[in-house]
Amino acid sequence: MHQFAIEPMFGTDHWAIGGYNIAFTNSALWMVLAAVVLWGFMFFGMRRQLVPGRWQMAVETMTNFIDDLLRSSVGPGGKPYVPYVFSLFMFILVANLLGMLPLGLIGVHPFTFTSHFTATGVLAIMSFSIVLIVGFWKHGLHFFALFVPHGTPVPMIPFIFLIELVSFMVRPFSLGLRLFVAMTAGHVLLKVLAGFVINSANAGAGFGLTVGLSSFALMIGISALEVLVAVIQAYVFALLTSLYINDAVNLH
Amino acid sequence: MDAEAAKLIGAGLAAIGAGMAALGVGNVFGSFLESALRNPGAADGQQGRLFIGFAAAELLGLLAFVVSMILIFVA
Repeated sequence: MHQFAIEPMFGTDHWAIGGYNIAFTNSALWMVLAAVVLWGFMFFGMRRQLVPGRWQMAVETMTNFIDDLLRSSVGPGGKPYVPYVFSLFMFILVANLLGMLPLGLIGVHPFTFTSHFTATGVLAIMSFSIVLIVGFWKHGLHFFALFVPHGTPVPMIPFIFLIELVSFMVRPFSLGLRLFVAMTAGHVLLKVLAGFVINSANAGAGFGLTVGLSSFALMIGISALEVLVAVIQAYVFALLTSLYINDAVNLH
Repeated sequence: MDAEAAKLIGAGLAAIGAGMAALGVGNVFGSFLESALRNPGAADGQQGRLFIGFAAAELLGLLAFVVSMILIFVA
């Protein structure tokens, strides 16, 4: 589908590192846009007024939200990870919402880079490597105790170790896959419904008024649902990251 | 049956997984509401666990979508 196609914007052929093309694509453009929007949101809310205005209240609400999230799931040791989880949450949230913007009306096609496994996979690998680095840094080889919960009977230890190891290793995949598929599925659904509207309108007034109008009403509802999904997926990503950080910091 | 037809039937069958995930997600939120209305004071503290359960149930439904996409576009 065209909305998921990655196209180079400029620097097409000859920008390559090790045989891989590093052209500036529309995906990269929307990543930069998301970062700029996020930077603007934070910049105008961090003027440290004594009596916060609306904008500063919005920023403070978001930071308090992530602060509470880490305090409740990691405890006092979670404070150093607030900046990372906050940037992760806000970046994914802004990216999801930017991809939902109806800019197609004015001829600009928004690109949801969170609907690509390459982007979400890298975010998931970042979270996973933070867990690994922090875990081995704080606990050394004792970090492997994560795979054997307290009170496991001795004969069960090999099986439990194997199961816990597998469930630990699939974490980055499930983390990245969830966000990528949720965004892709939502956009495909909207695309299918939009196709219903266009095709039924072309088939005649009768079909257009019955099938087309009802599909259009459904599209409006699904769009609202997609905004909800965008927020929930960003929250779930941040929540699971903080849970995994909890494993690394506190070892069960 | 030729291979193309079998792929499409398989992709359609994978959609059953989406319905099963709907049962799972509904069960997560339904059980949460049921017990949250019994003890509203404890509900706010369990919101994190609610979303962990939601994420786990939803992931399996999304995997069904991945299976059907792989069958249609990749296999």
